[in-house]
Amino acid sequence: MKNPLVLVGLALSLVIAGGISFYASSQPDGFEKSAGEIGFLDTAEDSPLAGSPLAEYGVAGVENERLSGGLAGVIGVASTAAISFGIFYALRRFNKSKS
Amino acid sequence: MHIPDGFIDIPTSAAFAAIAAVGVGASLKGAAKSLDEKTAPLAGLTATFIFAVQMINFPVAAGTSGHLFGSVLAAVLVGPYVATLALSVVLLLQALLFADGGLTAAGLNVFNLSLVGVWVGYGVFLLVKKILPKNKPSITTAAAIAAFISVPAAVMGFLLQYAIGANSTFSLTAVFTGMMSTHVLIGIGEAVITAFSVTAVMASRPDLVYGYRGTKAQLEIRKA
Repeated sequence: MKNPLVLVGLALSLVIAGGISFYASSQPDGFEKSAGEIGFLDTAEDSPLAGSPLAEYGVAGVENERLSGGLAGVIGVASTAAISFGIFYALRRFNKSKS
Repeated sequence: MHIPDGFIDIPTSAAFAAIAAVGVGASLKGAAKSLDEKTAPLAGLTATFIFAVQMINFPVAAGTSGHLFGSVLAAVLVGPYVATLALSVVLLLQALLFADGGLTAAGLNVFNLSLVGVWVGYGVFLLVKKILPKNKPSITTAAAIAAFISVPAAVMGFLLQYAIGANSTFSLTAVFTGMMSTHVLIGIGEAVITAFSVTAVMASRPDLVYGYRGTKAQLEIRKA
């Protein structure tokens, strides 16, 4: 990977998800809020995965909120990067004949 | 805008999951044609960056927040096919790892953000780009306008799903008004973040920006 843009971008993603996300607004999301105001928020059901170790962007068992959210963010960035780079590099191979 | 389970009934969710699967399948083919040595890493970065930025909820009105969708950002940077895949990866990971967005609702979310948001947004981007002068700032302007519109467009996707198979019985007018009032504001945030991000990539590697390619070719015709 000789492209500095990609390295800088990935580092920035880690900083955003792992650190800056702590300072994100904790007010309800606009979609949820609107659903509540219209009146159908109570039809929402918990995801079957609501009890999973990373649910709601925290790591189960990590008490410190900043650490818990930051770790979840880093795990999310690493997972997204692994899967998306994997898929896009694999797809690129199908394009080999053209380039 | 991550729809949880329960808002929309199972048959409707299943139908939209099928449509989403067809859309993602078609995008796999389209993406394979557009990805190469240079654009594949940018595509991976785009998905990763959108995941990260979606964690940042910004305040939009009293007691309400919003976050980036990323549909137009991805479409402009890596093209609509790859953008559909990038957004789908992000949405599925959020649902599976973080319980953000429902499981039976996954198809609804992929439909709204990966298909409607990306393709309507990209269409608007192309239209605006056509009207504006052929230069770099126009790419940012067109991306910002398209990003703004992609948010209400995705909300219209939800409205369609609500009309077909909601588990509640509020009038479409009530749902439309309630959803749009906040999402127009979220659209402004979407436009700002998209404009900043597109400008940053255009400043460093304009050659990689999918939405800039046609423009560049036209500029290169001129010979000294």
